[in-house]
Amino acid sequence: MNKLTGKLDNPLANKSTQELIIEGAGCASCVGKIELALKSIPDVDNAEMNFALRTVLVTGQVSVDLLIKAIETIGYNAKSANEASDDELLDEKEIADQKYYIRLMRQMWVALGLGVPLMIYSLAGGPMTVDTTLERGVWLFIGLLCAAIMYFAGKHFYVGAWKSFTNHTANMDTLIALGTGTAWIYSMVVVFFPMALPEMARHVYFEATAMIIGLINLGLALEVKARGRTSDAIKRLIGLQAKTARVVRDKKEIDIAIEQVLLNDIVRVRPGEKIPVDGMVTQGHTSIDESMLTGEPMPVEKFEEDEVVAGTLNKSGSILFKATRVGKDTALAQIINMVKRAQNSKPPIGRLADIISAYFVPVIMITAIVSALVWLNFGPDPALAFAVVSATTVLIIACPCALGLATPMSVMVGVGKAAEAGVLIRNGEALQTASKITAMILDKTGTITEGAPKVTDIVIADNNYTEEYILTVASSIESGSEHPLAQAIVDSTIEKGIDPENVTDFHAIAGHGVEAVFNDHKLLFGNQKLMLKYGVALNGFVAQAQQLAKEAKTPMYLAIDKKLAAIIAVSDPIKSDSIEAIKRLQANGIRVVMLTGDNRATANAVAKKVGITEVFAEVLPEDKANKVAELQAQGEIVGMTGDGINDAPALALANVGFAIGTGTDVAIESADITLMRGSLHGLADAIAVSKATLRNIKQNLFGAFIYNVAGVPFAAGVLYPFFGLLLNPVIAGAAMAFSSLTVVSNANRLRFFKPQDH
Amino acid sequence: MMIINLIGLALIALIVWWFWLYKPEKAVDSSIESITIVVNNGVYQPSRIKVAAGKKTTLHFFRKDGSPCAATVIFPNVEVSEELPLEINKSVELPPMPSGEYPFHCPMKMYTGTLIVE
Repeated sequence: MNKLTGKLDNPLANKSTQELIIEGAGCASCVGKIELALKSIPDVDNAEMNFALRTVLVTGQVSVDLLIKAIETIGYNAKSANEASDDELLDEKEIADQKYYIRLMRQMWVALGLGVPLMIYSLAGGPMTVDTTLERGVWLFIGLLCAAIMYFAGKHFYVGAWKSFTNHTANMDTLIALGTGTAWIYSMVVVFFPMALPEMARHVYFEATAMIIGLINLGLALEVKARGRTSDAIKRLIGLQAKTARVVRDKKEIDIAIEQVLLNDIVRVRPGEKIPVDGMVTQGHTSIDESMLTGEPMPVEKFEEDEVVAGTLNKSGSILFKATRVGKDTALAQIINMVKRAQNSKPPIGRLADIISAYFVPVIMITAIVSALVWLNFGPDPALAFAVVSATTVLIIACPCALGLATPMSVMVGVGKAAEAGVLIRNGEALQTASKITAMILDKTGTITEGAPKVTDIVIADNNYTEEYILTVASSIESGSEHPLAQAIVDSTIEKGIDPENVTDFHAIAGHGVEAVFNDHKLLFGNQKLMLKYGVALNGFVAQAQQLAKEAKTPMYLAIDKKLAAIIAVSDPIKSDSIEAIKRLQANGIRVVMLTGDNRATANAVAKKVGITEVFAEVLPEDKANKVAELQAQGEIVGMTGDGINDAPALALANVGFAIGTGTDVAIESADITLMRGSLHGLADAIAVSKATLRNIKQNLFGAFIYNVAGVPFAAGVLYPFFGLLLNPVIAGAAMAFSSLTVVSNANRLRFFKPQDH
Repeated sequence: MMIINLIGLALIALIVWWFWLYKPEKAVDSSIESITIVVNNGVYQPSRIKVAAGKKTTLHFFRKDGSPCAATVIFPNVEVSEELPLEINKSVELPPMPSGEYPFHCPMKMYTGTLIVE
């Protein structure tokens, strides 16, 4: 592998040795078949397969795509092992940044080596004019030295400017090249043809050229350093990945790089080791610390058939698990990918800066020409010198790089900061909108409450039935339902040693309950609406149900042959930190609304406990989105928080959809923002980070805009007629060099932001 | 003075035409030849690339420029952004896109290119 040293002169050059990972090779006889298929390619010199590792090493000048195709045609899958992993790419990026930094610093010293002495000479009152033959000779030598410096320390600006020009684009290089080039050419004209210019205009600006190149290189170098720190969050996420995995192959346990773990491999994880890939436990029992992904501090018990996630830490037992997702498919890899993607996306606030950046450079070039013409036509003597200085200064001070950096730098830090708090933000737009939310809708079950209800009461309505029979009937009908309340009933009956039986003609009626046939009896199980729909007489039991509901329990009616048999109450405990998190939202001026399909009395009881005054109860799943629209019609910017699957329409319609999930594909892909831990504090954290990021972006944009808006007219000389002030090109160069640094440093301040201690 | 003023105005006209009005016609067709977009000296080369509509597209990038801005390429319309390692080929996969022109650029928009989907 040549990931770090693979410096290719020709980008399309093929490597002489390539390593491929083979999938689907289950028997030793596959080895010969694969080797033969590869060796039959004309340019392949040799192919050797390591069956234990499922890798094949191929030598020869042939493209990796061709090798993969050859393997696929004989029925296997292959992928290149030469693809650098995330942490290798990160190491490589750091090495490249370091090299670039050293180069820029070297160029800076070379340029300032000439610029600083000249500057000191000029400030000390040394004449910068060309009047005598000796002065011509000295300045010619300095001019040639300056040209050498322009080549060695500033070549990249001139090449970049030329390439951009031929491509019909203009960028920062264009301005630097034009500014320093103008100053140097004018100075050389003074040296060669002093007599052609008025005496007062025989001034040279070699110090400006050298200083500007030096200072801009210094600014870029410091920016490289500061930028490195903005990707700390990604570094930390990548650092969660294990480097090796112990897999069972050919009845032996071997350690291999995680890139070589194949789907369905059996992986061994011992206490204290990280889970290398996603999988399902096949043997053993352990507790796993998932806090690095979810922020949840308590370790989670894992038994056979439970899922384990790459990057989490095995605390106690030794387990074997089957790899279900490897490489780029693991949840951690997807999270890293999503954070990277979001870090590079732009919130709407950045679009204005984008539009300005796109037109900025040519506008500045025109401004410089106009400024020079005005000085030439109306300026005092030496008008030519003033024209050159003002045009050069306008070009140098107007670099739009600070403007271009203002938004992405803050987004990069803000999205990373959120990821550290277990909040995955999908893109810059979600980040911006979250800061403006005025109303937050919270789903009850699983969001405010644990989502793991338990049976608390059984009220027998017909004395022909015993409690045990009622539970048997209820669990039999509910074992076919996926509703969380149904699961509570099934679990309760199993705990009591009662097994559910089979039912027939099972139908779930959305927002009402379920119906089925059990031992020739027609069963109805659900809320009051279901009973009314089928004309079941509730007699005096409604009051009892309402009493249960007032205690934050959910009463469900069971009717057998259309006669009420019992009321079963289920209660879902409120999450320990829901009350505090909701208070945080309300303290931020957000209108918090609870939304639930549950009955009104239960919903009100839960809402009262957590301090919510507005409740949408008994809402059918298809009406959840309507409630979002209702609030939007009232002028609210609505956030909707749910579990990401059955709340999907409402999540999609809300201005920002928050999915509470544990990193499942659906949650990551569907929501604008995913809260990796169950706590609602994640919601308050997301909004706090979003507000802080927007504030930071505004500071950056303000700084960059003010700098250009004020800097350009000053450089053009609008203050000269009133105060006699004209900006020195060297000062403009220094200001420009440090403007980007200021923006990056301000964005870095966000790294120290804490949403709130809790 | 008149001549200088005229030259100045001509330069302004040239800038307006060269950077804003001129529309390059030429685009490299990715279905005919395998393209590697070289990222160097402030430009993507080639910077106008034709790709097929409604099909997944893979573009190959090769970054030679060490500047941090060049290290990321962004396709804003399809929410794709990728890190480009220095001097290593990097494939960037794009989802199927309807016909139209799609810009791509570095975070500071110093490097700019256009995908012509047809």
